[in-house]
Amino acid sequence: MFESSLKQLGDALRAKKISSVELTQSYLDRMAQLNPQLNAYITINPETSLAQAKAADARLAAGSADALTGIPIAQKDIFCAKDWLTTCGSRMLHNFVSPYDAHIISQFNNAGAINLGKTNMDEFAMGSSNETSYYGAVKNPWDTQRVPGGSSGGTAAAVAARLCAAATGTDTGGSIRQPAALCGISGLKPTYGVCSRYGMIAFASSLDQAGPMGRSAEDLALMMNVMAGFDERDSTSLQRDKEDYTRDLNKPLTGLRIGLPKEFFAEGMGADVAKAIEAAIAEYKKLGATIVDISLPNSKLSVPVYYVLAPAEASSNLSRFDGVRYGYRAPEYSDLADMYEKSRAQGFGAEVQRRIMIGTYVLSHGYYDAYYIKAQKIRRLIAQDFVEAYKQCDVIMGPTSPSTAFKLGEKGDDPVQMYLSDIYTIAVNLAGLPGMSIPCGFGDNNMPVGLQIIGNYFDEARMLNVAHQFQLATDWHSRAPQL
Amino acid sequence: MIPYQPCLNIVFAMSLSTQDVEKVARLARLAMSPSEIETSRNQLNGIFGLIAEMQAVNTDGVEPMSHSQDLAQRLREDKVTESNQRAAFQAIAPQVEQGLFLVPKVIE
Repeated sequence: MFESSLKQLGDALRAKKISSVELTQSYLDRMAQLNPQLNAYITINPETSLAQAKAADARLAAGSADALTGIPIAQKDIFCAKDWLTTCGSRMLHNFVSPYDAHIISQFNNAGAINLGKTNMDEFAMGSSNETSYYGAVKNPWDTQRVPGGSSGGTAAAVAARLCAAATGTDTGGSIRQPAALCGISGLKPTYGVCSRYGMIAFASSLDQAGPMGRSAEDLALMMNVMAGFDERDSTSLQRDKEDYTRDLNKPLTGLRIGLPKEFFAEGMGADVAKAIEAAIAEYKKLGATIVDISLPNSKLSVPVYYVLAPAEASSNLSRFDGVRYGYRAPEYSDLADMYEKSRAQGFGAEVQRRIMIGTYVLSHGYYDAYYIKAQKIRRLIAQDFVEAYKQCDVIMGPTSPSTAFKLGEKGDDPVQMYLSDIYTIAVNLAGLPGMSIPCGFGDNNMPVGLQIIGNYFDEARMLNVAHQFQLATDWHSRAPQL
Repeated sequence: MIPYQPCLNIVFAMSLSTQDVEKVARLARLAMSPSEIETSRNQLNGIFGLIAEMQAVNTDGVEPMSHSQDLAQRLREDKVTESNQRAAFQAIAPQVEQGLFLVPKVIE
């Protein structure tokens, strides 16, 4: 059952071979047993989850079930869920019980899915190792001495360890794809604007995007059918017709043109990662794809551009946390300014404070043009590289991360080294393109390697097809860690 | 781990002073001790070393990009769409009294 796909679980539920209450209880039991060693979840509410399961069973009995009705899904703790503690991995929100649902949460509720719990994450989604969470680091299920990646590290670990059927993540600079790669699962960051950001605690609003994380491309497609769609409450949500993301899964890949950017295959990628990526490309050739050499000459500027834009937007978004209306307030202070400064200094962790400092500086008087506007101009150059590339190819492939999962504490206090672990993923966010990561083998120390697939705008259905055909031909995605 | 080579012919190499960092911390409303200011200064200088690579790029005539689809923000009618949830919002506030959010005295 823990190895069943979402489609198989849905079929079993509708055929009454299992009830949602039984399925949910089985996951809760497994979580009680395994979560203590992984720390993948921040909050679990068994009674709430089981009440939802009971309602789902009634819906199943009434014959009005949707594809995900009754299926236990974990939610990244960045999504506000009514009456659930919603911390965003921060002390700042240690007592924030959300009074409302994020759009994504409403969508899953309407679909009859079960909220199995809120997954751990880097504080305010700022991190690439899940070590910045106020609630402790998440451990990689493949080796508990190693990080799961971040910021959706709790989600990635929960999916890999079969502590949920599938789960949500968010991706601002790689936070779905990098942990998916490091934990050997599949993850999709949609085109910017496809999934509503309403009720998703903001980090960098022009880059943040929600997406599904699961064990296969087919599962991701079913999740996308629930998550995607216009929402007027998000001013950047795109008005588009509803899509069925499963529609192209079974198309053959004959004639598919895969672009390989030379910049992604230059120095910097680990030899073990390179070997797995090359083997995956060879598999795609067998499936009928052709290879095109392309160039993304400005992609090397992604990291510096990102570390101007994302902190700038974060410093603005996080100014709302002032200890007045909700969240953490310092126990002692002398006046209002002191209350703000102490509440924020005590409520935010080191990495969040670092990014607020960078952002405040680059937006301050006299530096705005030199940093923020300059970065936005280079952002356009980076996006234009992709426009040129897609004249020659249908999808772009390369590594998701330069290395497999590193050890907890290994990157310690050097923020620049940590930032460089997102070197292949950030350009996709800057361009607003969809990107995904699927498991494609194992590197040194038997740790998973992720293949990144980057699509053109709104090409998610094709990317899922490209991933699904690979997963029909290989079994990397069905490998599970021993726990 | 990654032999990343930042562009070295940077004319914009900069270094933040202690006073700069104190000023930014004040603007950001973050209380910092002198030792935290010093740690922050060193780390910010490292990060600005990384960011400085941007300055060598020619961006003459390039429009800044904030949204990948270059869409204008949608407008909506100016009407009330949310219901009053005052009690629910105040239930999670640090300090309230008689339906008001309490903060330290601002005006003497």
